[in-house]
Amino acid sequence: MFEGLSNKLSSIIDRLVGKGALTENDVNMAMREIRIALLEADVALPVVKEFIETVKAKAIGQDVVKSISAGQMVVKIVHDHLVEVLGQKNSELNLNAAPPQVIMLVGLQGAGKTTLTAKLALRLKNKRHKKVLMASLDVKRPAAQLQLATLGEQANIATLPIVQGQNPVEITKRALQTARLEGFDVILLDTAGRLHIDDELMDEVKDVHHAGTPIETLLVVDALTGQDAVNVAKAFNEKLPLTGVVLTRVDGDARGGAALSMRSITGCPIKFLSTGEKLDQLDDFHPERVASRILDMGDVVSLVEKASEIIDQEEAEKMAKKLEKGKFDLDDLANQLKQFSKMGGIQNLLNLLPGMGQLKKDMPKGVDEKVVPRQLAIISSMTLKERKDYKVLNASRKKRIAAGSGTTVQDVNKLLKRFEEASKMMKHLSKVGKRGLFSGGLFSK
Amino acid sequence: MSDAPKKSWFTRLKEGLAKTSRPLTQGIKDLFTKKKLDQASIEELEDLLIQADLGVKTSHKIVSLIAKSRFDKDVDEEEVRVALAQEIATILDPIAKPIVIDNTQKPHVILVVGVNGTGKTTTIAKLTKEFKEEGHSIMLGAADTFRAAAIEQLQIWGDRLKIPVVTKQAGADPAAVAFEAYEKARKDNIDILMIDTAGRLQNKTHLMAELEKIIRTLKKIDPTAPHTVLLILDATTGQNAYNQVEIFQQLTGVTGLIMTKLDGTAKGGIIVGLAEKFNLPIHAIGVGETSEDLKPFKAQDFANHLMGIEA
Repeated sequence: MFEGLSNKLSSIIDRLVGKGALTENDVNMAMREIRIALLEADVALPVVKEFIETVKAKAIGQDVVKSISAGQMVVKIVHDHLVEVLGQKNSELNLNAAPPQVIMLVGLQGAGKTTLTAKLALRLKNKRHKKVLMASLDVKRPAAQLQLATLGEQANIATLPIVQGQNPVEITKRALQTARLEGFDVILLDTAGRLHIDDELMDEVKDVHHAGTPIETLLVVDALTGQDAVNVAKAFNEKLPLTGVVLTRVDGDARGGAALSMRSITGCPIKFLSTGEKLDQLDDFHPERVASRILDMGDVVSLVEKASEIIDQEEAEKMAKKLEKGKFDLDDLANQLKQFSKMGGIQNLLNLLPGMGQLKKDMPKGVDEKVVPRQLAIISSMTLKERKDYKVLNASRKKRIAAGSGTTVQDVNKLLKRFEEASKMMKHLSKVGKRGLFSGGLFSK
Repeated sequence: MSDAPKKSWFTRLKEGLAKTSRPLTQGIKDLFTKKKLDQASIEELEDLLIQADLGVKTSHKIVSLIAKSRFDKDVDEEEVRVALAQEIATILDPIAKPIVIDNTQKPHVILVVGVNGTGKTTTIAKLTKEFKEEGHSIMLGAADTFRAAAIEQLQIWGDRLKIPVVTKQAGADPAAVAFEAYEKARKDNIDILMIDTAGRLQNKTHLMAELEKIIRTLKKIDPTAPHTVLLILDATTGQNAYNQVEIFQQLTGVTGLIMTKLDGTAKGGIIVGLAEKFNLPIHAIGVGETSEDLKPFKAQDFANHLMGIEA
């Protein structure tokens, strides 16, 4: 699990460190790498410095567990501390007040507030069975109020009717009144994006806060944010009593160091991770996953979860039986390919695997993703007989298949070669399986 | 593109910055009041650049450039700042280029791409205003058919600026919108067609494929289209900007960048590293929400802004 960073660290400190406890010198050297890793993950510099100081004190003098290297040990200490600093998971929205409870979302322009408003509303409706009213206070950006109304229609959630010419405080008051009259449990206030240095707009948001007296005031932050996260967090935190942070665009490939910056500076819990453009794509916050990602150690937990969600249990059992008999045909290969593409293709899987950051960069893009659908097309263009026994494929059959799948005969040959390799391996595995994995075979070649 | 008549963007930036602390400038002031440039101060200089989002490697490289000639010598704060700004300006100078409109194309097609929330639609509004003032006829294509009310957002800008907008219903195939807009712009003898696309994260393969389809469709009308592909970058973005530029360039043939939201405290220093790595032109910067707030990118001004040097 600790591949990426610990490999780097191992090469530096493992040859120096003796057996036993980590010395100050070992730790100092390791911290230089940790510092770079955190900065490359966009953790803000002042936060990095503070983090390193604390973790250094923790690491010096720690006994190195026998089974792992000193490098891995340091990474484990860093990782554990990072998890600790990032805070608790599953901090649900606080609704402990007389209804209507008000939840207010604030942040910079383009952070993803409006989409998140609809996501939170949907979650409150489905998971906590609340009657929710959404209101857009964004009178600045063209069509912003309409955007929330459209999302409301899509998710079947009420939005406050748009009245032209009202200012955000007036809209807030109207939302409160509507909620009381029509019996809504929760009001979500979607505010306009604003720069933290725009005094006028920061005063306005303060007025809205005063008028709405929200039980939750959430700062919405783009996971792609760089060093500026510090300034944003400080300014919003000074102006408003924030109660939580939500990170958006976590489905991108940024390492998301902003999470640590936000948490350190505001002291507020990170409540959710927004992970896609669909309204149900809102995840609980898991500190371990975010920590692994910041340290480029991959998100193995998510990978396993994703795999178990998607891979059909029945299919898997059927496959196991076939393997036992040593029978593996092209239909089985097609099935495997389908399962694989359901998991989001190579690029997506690489995002989740540890230490794959570099490999991913080295891989030619665009090419790989097309291979799987093309191979599926080739298999679909075969007759059932051909799929059961590929040996019947002569030149004219191959030509037909190539034409049918929009590929070339070379592509067909390539697929068949890959299939041969795969079935050889399957046979081998099934033999090994019978004898037990470690009785030879797998490692003897 | 022309400078604003009343205030230069730099003045506007300064006004914005005056409201907040100036960690970078103040940092350097604290560092040097005429003292020897030693290892510790070099490291602190690097830290200051890192805080402006230049990244670890680029910061190290730039500081090494000035450290070589001045190490162990007496230096003052102003000198160090000017020298750093100079190095940065040298890197940025070759890529500071305006958008060139090819008058032989009727229309010159500009495709606008980027991740979500970087300010694509607002930037299109600003560019429309610029081009209009230069005397071009313009048409907009609303190919963001995905995000709720994105079409309406562009339409409102079109109405304000009195520019025709080609739209289809929400959820329509964006490539079809692009095709239709291109056909119409050709028929109406329009000078510039700008196509707004939905924001997408660069690691979403299927969404990137949708962009590729838009481009393929435009090429059916004219193989040289789109003539400009603009990638809109948000100044608050950190190191992920490298991935954004790399993948958008690879898949959509980005021809130039515009950086938005430079009126906040984000310094946008990532541009320096991007300049070195990708050598893509940077056309303009966004410094506000109104249609006037687009300014040409000038290397020395930007370098000065990064280093907090007054104009």
